[in-house]
Amino acid sequence: MELAIQGRSPTQLALGRFRKNRRAWISFWLLLVLGLSTVVVPWSTSHDFRTQTLERSKEAPNGTYWMGTDANGRDLMVRTFMGGRISFAVGLLATVISLAIGVAYGAIAGFIRGKTDTLMMRFVDVLYGLPHMFLVIIAMAIFGKTFLLVFIILGCFSWMTMARIVRGQVLSLREKEFVEAARALGVSTGSIISRHMIPNILGPVIVYATLTVPSVMLQESFLSFLGLGISEPQTSWGVLINEGANSLNPIRVYWWLVVFPGSFLALTLFTLNSVGDGLRDAFDVQQR
Amino acid sequence: MLAFLAKRVAGGILTLFVIGSLCFFITRFAPGSPLTGEKKLPPEVLRNLERAYNLDQPIVTQYLHQLKGYLTGDFGLSFRYLGKRVDELIFPSFATSVYLGALGFCLAMLQGVAIGVLAAARHNRVPDYVSMSFALAGISIPNFLLGPLLVMAFALWRQWLPVAGWPEDLSAGELLKLVLPVTTLSLVHTAYISRLTRAGMMDVLSRDYIRTARAKGLSESAVLLRHALKNGITPVVSYAGPMAAYVFTGSVVVEKIFAIPGMGQHFVDSSLARDYPMIMGTMLVYSALIIVFNILVDVAYSLLDPRVRLT
Repeated sequence: MELAIQGRSPTQLALGRFRKNRRAWISFWLLLVLGLSTVVVPWSTSHDFRTQTLERSKEAPNGTYWMGTDANGRDLMVRTFMGGRISFAVGLLATVISLAIGVAYGAIAGFIRGKTDTLMMRFVDVLYGLPHMFLVIIAMAIFGKTFLLVFIILGCFSWMTMARIVRGQVLSLREKEFVEAARALGVSTGSIISRHMIPNILGPVIVYATLTVPSVMLQESFLSFLGLGISEPQTSWGVLINEGANSLNPIRVYWWLVVFPGSFLALTLFTLNSVGDGLRDAFDVQQR
Repeated sequence: MLAFLAKRVAGGILTLFVIGSLCFFITRFAPGSPLTGEKKLPPEVLRNLERAYNLDQPIVTQYLHQLKGYLTGDFGLSFRYLGKRVDELIFPSFATSVYLGALGFCLAMLQGVAIGVLAAARHNRVPDYVSMSFALAGISIPNFLLGPLLVMAFALWRQWLPVAGWPEDLSAGELLKLVLPVTTLSLVHTAYISRLTRAGMMDVLSRDYIRTARAKGLSESAVLLRHALKNGITPVVSYAGPMAAYVFTGSVVVEKIFAIPGMGQHFVDSSLARDYPMIMGTMLVYSALIIVFNILVDVAYSLLDPRVRLT
């Protein structure tokens, strides 16, 4: 008789722990729904996010406009979801950039070691010490406010932690026994990197990347709120909240202009942070 | 201590030099000129203007000129406000930004630590759940969203507090203007610090020396505040350094929402108008502020934890 013992990889075990974390698991599905709805909703309604109906400006939520209209009579619901599309896109693309720079930089520093490593990491320390949001503001203001620049600049300013994490992992992994064993068995450097190093670095990299997305989205909406990020005719949650904040006056409170884009932004940040925290707890072996 | 301060100040000056140089070259290599506005100027006028602002000289000469200016306390002339010196423009708003930032910083510290200690002391009971849910919500609501929401709730819907502005004197009515901006600025950090404090306290409360203190028959408040707190808030102190930078970045938004005459507005406006000397000036003053806050935090750290040597 054959014994049915199924081995489970550390990744499977971690995913199991992640699924048991109620907040993270619910957040994960909620996030998926939010992300998909920014794609589906603007595409499925007959309202366009740019169409102005000036005689119906600043209408409270009603049957035609479920989330009301803005100062130019544009449908706030479509605008909110379109803004979400941009916010998600910026978050993901900037994270990809920071991932690429951070992983490459950290891996190189960790592999080479010695003086080059010290010099490279000292440079990261200097960048850490700079008030980088101020530099981002200056760069945005000077080089123009286009979608492309927003995510490139944000990505270029948020890779430092990733580089530190990857470098630390590489440094500790290359001293591990199983890497030494592989080397003793005559495995080539290329296979050591692809079969032994990369799978072990992947966990922390994915975890930190999920935590980079909300921080970049937050920075994007911060810039857009100041009028330095995404600009018309494109829109984002930061732009919409800024329009809502500017419309505040003592005579009539257009609450929907702030509340709808704001709650979508807050919910997205919350779910992204919960998923990131959940993944970190699930993958972090030392903590348990 | 003195050697430490000297070293940190020297490091700070070096950082300022790096920031200043970075800022200078980013702005100078940017496409377009700050002097070409909506109105097209005759070429001879443009040339004269460029000469007046030293823009006709090679970039290295400009750089050295500006560097010499900063060393002698001359911040240069603003491009946008004709005939005004940058320091003249910045310094009236400087104090406002410092007060706002410092108030936000201290409030976040006090509230965050208090909430965190309470949550740790009542672990897994109602106060713990309430304060940690609050912290979770606080972390997800950015200040530029919180500000308008608070204005709608407490200044427009219920007219308890002023909508905007900055106190002109120290009377109670004027000081009420501080409530909403300082709350907006500090809430995220209050939430974050309360989580850090709770985690730190929970860690400390399971140590042997706490059991000893309890066994001696000390009251719970003495155990918490005299024995556990000092060790429990070390994670908070290491967060305090980066927090200084976040608070001053946040104050740019808060100043905009509440129409507070601080440096933040100058910074954003001058960035948009490509007012190079103003950008450099505000940037350097902000950076100096953040550096000073960081040095103060390190000093506080060493006072709190005698094992930390200032080197």
